[in-house]
Amino acid sequence: MTIMKKMLTTVAAMSMVLGAGLAEANTLRFAFQGDAQSLDPHGLNETFTLGFLSNVYEGLTLLDDNLKLQPGLATSWEVTSPTTIVFKLREGVKFHNGNSFNADDVIFSWKRTLSEGSDQKVRGGMVADIKKIDDLTVEVHTKGPQPLMPSEWAWIYMMDKEWAEEHGAVNAANVKEETANGYSLNHSNGTGPFEVVSRQPDVKTVFKRSENHWNTNVATNVTEVIFTPVKQAATRTAALISGELDMVYPIPVQDWSRLDSEEGVSALRGAEARTIFLGMDQMRDELLYSNIKGKNPLKDIRVRKALAHALNLEVIKKKIMRGASTPSGLMIAPQVNGHNQALNTPYAYDPELSKKLLAEAGYPDGFEITIDCPNNRYVNDEKICQAAAAMMAKVGIDMKVLAQPKAKYFAKVLAQNNYDTSMYLLGWTPGSMDVHNVLEGLLSCQDKENNVGLYNLGNYCNARVDELTKLIQVETDAVKRQAYVDEAMQIAKDEVAYLPIHQQPLSWGISDKITVNQRADNAFDFRYVVFK
Amino acid sequence: MLVFSFLVKRLFQSFLVLLSVAFIAFALFKFVGDPISNMVGQDTTLAEREKLAERLGLNDPFPVQFFNFIKGAAVGDFGLSYRHKVPVSQLIAERAPATLELAIISALLSVFVGIPMGVYTAIRRKGLLSRSFMTVSLVGISLPTFLIGILFIFLFGVILRWLPTFGRGEVVQIGFWTTGLLTWSGIKSLILPSVTLALFQMTLIMRLVRTEMLEVLTTDYIKFARARGLKENAVNFGHALKNTLIPVITIIGLQLGLVMAFAIITETVFQWPGMGMLFIQAIEEVDVPVMAAYLMMISLVFVAINLAVDILYAFVDPRLTIDGGSKHG
Repeated sequence: MTIMKKMLTTVAAMSMVLGAGLAEANTLRFAFQGDAQSLDPHGLNETFTLGFLSNVYEGLTLLDDNLKLQPGLATSWEVTSPTTIVFKLREGVKFHNGNSFNADDVIFSWKRTLSEGSDQKVRGGMVADIKKIDDLTVEVHTKGPQPLMPSEWAWIYMMDKEWAEEHGAVNAANVKEETANGYSLNHSNGTGPFEVVSRQPDVKTVFKRSENHWNTNVATNVTEVIFTPVKQAATRTAALISGELDMVYPIPVQDWSRLDSEEGVSALRGAEARTIFLGMDQMRDELLYSNIKGKNPLKDIRVRKALAHALNLEVIKKKIMRGASTPSGLMIAPQVNGHNQALNTPYAYDPELSKKLLAEAGYPDGFEITIDCPNNRYVNDEKICQAAAAMMAKVGIDMKVLAQPKAKYFAKVLAQNNYDTSMYLLGWTPGSMDVHNVLEGLLSCQDKENNVGLYNLGNYCNARVDELTKLIQVETDAVKRQAYVDEAMQIAKDEVAYLPIHQQPLSWGISDKITVNQRADNAFDFRYVVFK
Repeated sequence: MLVFSFLVKRLFQSFLVLLSVAFIAFALFKFVGDPISNMVGQDTTLAEREKLAERLGLNDPFPVQFFNFIKGAAVGDFGLSYRHKVPVSQLIAERAPATLELAIISALLSVFVGIPMGVYTAIRRKGLLSRSFMTVSLVGISLPTFLIGILFIFLFGVILRWLPTFGRGEVVQIGFWTTGLLTWSGIKSLILPSVTLALFQMTLIMRLVRTEMLEVLTTDYIKFARARGLKENAVNFGHALKNTLIPVITIIGLQLGLVMAFAIITETVFQWPGMGMLFIQAIEEVDVPVMAAYLMMISLVFVAINLAVDILYAFVDPRLTIDGGSKHG
């Protein structure tokens, strides 16, 4: 009898457990146009891969749904000297394999970011040394003052030292060595709210909700995630509408109305923190792609102003971006730390002024120039270039568009090909979500030695902006810092360093079964996915 | 002896073809873009990029790079994929089952549907069904595979919701092979891509069979067969079809390679995780080792098929070995 009873209660208990499990089972199926490069947390410093992995791995700091910096695996940090930051680590954090997270893992992860195969050497290189004070305290010594280090390190994911040692993954996976060190490419062991169950690169990755995540306040009720890359936009959209997927991105802008008219799905089109702009060669004495010989018209500020006033950003917004972009007067988006709305007014559209300025500069009949443009990198990138060319034609500038796939475009215009361009369209999101990244990368004079101005393809160069950029890097007083930022941005604007176009829209398609947080850096954080 | 020297000659020619394909492909790679900017993030320093290029041997002069490639390729070693950081041969082995399954099912479909349709349209030339077959075949031959795939997805996936719109469904692992043929979702996933891929070959075979049949049906021996009072089926299938099949078989053989090459488009549309998809992604990411290996493999398939056909001819028609062989050699 007692045996019978026991059995019955066991069965009852089991069915309860199963029942509970079934009621709670929420499988999220989503697709992106490509796959994460690998599961190695330090393998590639790129938004999609890092965003994808942010569900599995975590840094000392985290970015929340509004890209604001939050405590992550460190509960607090304190700047004790200009070059010292002390991090208090969170207690009781477990990796997915059950190991505890501690100071040794921080030191190990930092050293790993400096290994040959790592693409996080720049962030890792901000740090000169890390000292273990005790198991849950580390003292970070930075190379010079680095007040931005905590926010940059939101992207430095913490790995388990023991796990890495056990599986030969002490160094980041490296393309030239034998695959003995490839374990971390398809296996993971993070502290994040989701763990990877299985992965076939480019085919399928399955995640499950981690049982022992330290943060019990995570909003999601997703228990399983199935990710499949789907390259063709039409196929992605179809799979969403047919209900095979719950979330897909990106959706082509022209498909928005279609999604809106379908039952059960909708298009999310929040603002992305990516600023799209046109750049101009201001370094050569003669443009590479122009009919003007012997001088460079773009070195003349009147010409740059003429170009700025010839662009009609509202038309680009309305006709090309279906009303969903945010015309910009600055090189940074409102979400970026340091943004000042007061400076964000775009150059006024004034073709008459453009013509006048061109005539003053000695080009009453305009000139020819070629603009380089990617055609598969940003939202409607090629169309923006074509529209810009049409607008330039109205003031007499004959702008030819050379649109190419991103692989070819970047190979042509970037530093390693000696900036082979006269004008170009580029988009930029500062990974740190701080203005300094833009000032250093896009607005500082080119300095290959110090890795400054690497993406300042036309070499806009102003000594005061350079000086301010250095001040901004180390200034900790918020008010003073913003004053420096405003001054630098104003100079760049007055001198027409660039022609900002807009912040492009994000474009996600989601099923009405779920709610998500559409983060402005286009990262898809499962923490905020809730099945209704 | 003659057959042997013919074989050696042909093998040598095949080898030359492979070598020139490798050369042309390799020369084209530098126009695809810069692999480095696809391998690192935007913050990576110039010095680091330069180091990576050096390690990958991208700074070596072209002949050195080409020689290193051939040296590896000769023993089947294509190096590590830039993107996946695993050996290319492993990637291709992982993806091959998906493509082969798709290609074989499509080839079977096109043969076993195409031939009967061809025969039927030849016999009942004026019938309503024949005419509709002909119209449909016009669509199959003139619409690009890409568009047909999208239309299928729209019709069967989105409107009717009968079949999955992408992927391979659940697959079963048998040793090194993965198959979708053993699960219901795998079979359902196979239908749209295989029909899309088969459509062009199917129409081609149907039209070829039809033309051949029409020609054969007017020959004397068919008339005599009819005069002898043989049953219609015996005449059509036993005598007429048999004699049309020789050119058809040649074409089918040659088309098999094409089915694999065409699979690139079908795979992209249906997100079919095969070798074609791998190749397309490799192009986008400038993953040179993968591109090179794929192109070499496809050319190897073509060369092998042609070689086999040549050898078969040599056995079937010995004149080729003696006269043709020496002349063309």
